Amino acid sequence: MFDAYTSQVLTFIGINSILALSLYVTALAGQLSVGHAAFMGIGAYTSTLLMTKLGWPFFLSTVGGAIMGGVFGFCIGLPTLRLKDLYLAIATLAFNIIWVVVVMNVEAVGGALGIFNVPKVTNNAIVYISLAVLLLFFFRLQDSRLGRAFRAIQEDETAARAMGVNAVYYKVYAFTLGALLAAYAGSLYAHFVTFISPHDFEVDRSIEILLFVVLGGSQTFVGPVFGAILLTLAPEVLRFLAEYRLLVYGLMFVFIMLLRHEGIIEEHTLSWKSWSRVLRREKREPAP
Amino acid sequence: MLAQQLLNGLTLGSTYALVALGFTLVFGILGMINFAHGEIFMLGAYMALLLVTVGQFSIFWALVGAMLGTAILGMIVERVSFRPLRKVSILAPLISTIGLSIFLRSLAQILFGAESTRFPVGIKTAFYQLGPLQVSLLQIVILAISFGLMAIFQVFIKKTKIGKAMRATSESLYTAGLLGIPVNRIIFLSFAVASALGGVAGVLLGLNFNAISPLMGKMVGLKGLTIIILGGMGNITGAMVGGLFLGFVEVLSVGYLTSSYRDAVAFALMFLVLLIRPTGLFGRIVK
Repeated sequence: MFDAYTSQVLTFIGINSILALSLYVTALAGQLSVGHAAFMGIGAYTSTLLMTKLGWPFFLSTVGGAIMGGVFGFCIGLPTLRLKDLYLAIATLAFNIIWVVVVMNVEAVGGALGIFNVPKVTNNAIVYISLAVLLLFFFRLQDSRLGRAFRAIQEDETAARAMGVNAVYYKVYAFTLGALLAAYAGSLYAHFVTFISPHDFEVDRSIEILLFVVLGGSQTFVGPVFGAILLTLAPEVLRFLAEYRLLVYGLMFVFIMLLRHEGIIEEHTLSWKSWSRVLRREKREPAP
Repeated sequence: MLAQQLLNGLTLGSTYALVALGFTLVFGILGMINFAHGEIFMLGAYMALLLVTVGQFSIFWALVGAMLGTAILGMIVERVSFRPLRKVSILAPLISTIGLSIFLRSLAQILFGAESTRFPVGIKTAFYQLGPLQVSLLQIVILAISFGLMAIFQVFIKKTKIGKAMRATSESLYTAGLLGIPVNRIIFLSFAVASALGGVAGVLLGLNFNAISPLMGKMVGLKGLTIIILGGMGNITGAMVGGLFLGFVEVLSVGYLTSSYRDAVAFALMFLVLLIRPTGLFGRIVK
């Protein structure tokens, strides 16, 4: 249908969208993670090893990778519960750096060189069916009991606790789910690029995932996906700038943040009401 | 042998402490992280390099020039990434400064090339025997400058009127404003001071390792963050002690463990500290 290049860009858009959503779940419960690349790497390595060393089929090894990511997420999420905002961000960042250094020094998993010849299985159908299922999940999550509990904790944890929301349970839940999704995306990634090394999952990648969410807008689940699409396309579109590409790429964030404080897609960007008001040239309702 | 290692750790740690001071000053006042601090550090080193090689200045004037240059850079960062976004959220300036750091790093790569450059020392290589210790002149210069600056900074924060205003602003932006402190100007100034400290640290690290590269800011930036977490965010003593501590840990882990785990040891320690004391070693417990 598409040529190889377009198809590849589409696959990366899909995988990055899943990554963006994985961080969005974590952020929903008010947690900031800069370690998602490590979870992604855990998924990539686990599913690759399951498939090549133990001969598991693709489907099972991908699920195995995701579950392994979830287990690690639980193990990191539980002890770091007490940490807030930037402290949690730095703790997860530390986890990411430690993970990379450890994997680099374990020769059994290829060390710094990584693993070559990962079986190529991932295609656009698998990626986009996964993404569609996730989008449906997030659409249904918005007004569910779970989604509302997450939001309540994000808005004000103390108030949420006072209303009887079990904050500990939901925060660990969100963190584990986020890690699991990131690991799932990681195993899709591994079976697409066919070569993985610890350098693919360094802190830079975690920061990139954070950029998807914040630049796209973290108020709704549409924002992170939009951010992932934009930031995956931007380097491709800016390719003609050659070595000046990163200059423009960096400045783009600065300007987006200056113009759209809450990210590009805000909650009211998506509501029909606010658009129809713009079309009828009415003023926005004053905030109560 | 151990004493020699400790001296190397002290030299490295004093540089880290300067970086961390800049981080912690901004964090203490705004509660936000300037992610471009590592790149300011790197550009400080390059400014000094240009002043020494192109401008033919001595290393001390280069140091002063780098301080001025990075101070101006810091003020620009404040104007672009912090002042418009201060009231939005802690995430907005973080993302904006991540963008700036990508911009500055690739700018340095375009201007100076991606490889590391030799840093002409301009200080003669001489060694002094202090008991069992062998101290180089370079180490003495680095230690003198960094500890001198730390001392000056302490006096500046504790005794001067501007320092007092900075401390008041870090307690509460709003109340400080009500009391007639020109909050915006104080924030502007603290960015200049923080960045100048970062710039000096860049020059000192370049002198220490005799090499600088456009990528050197990244890891040092992350380490600066580690230190202020270790020491307690916004805590000045914590930043200095944390910086020296990280220097010791790194040098000792290279000396007695394997060098490939150097970065992991520092970050693993910080992770443990966070688990045991979420506010850092010197942090206040805020309810």
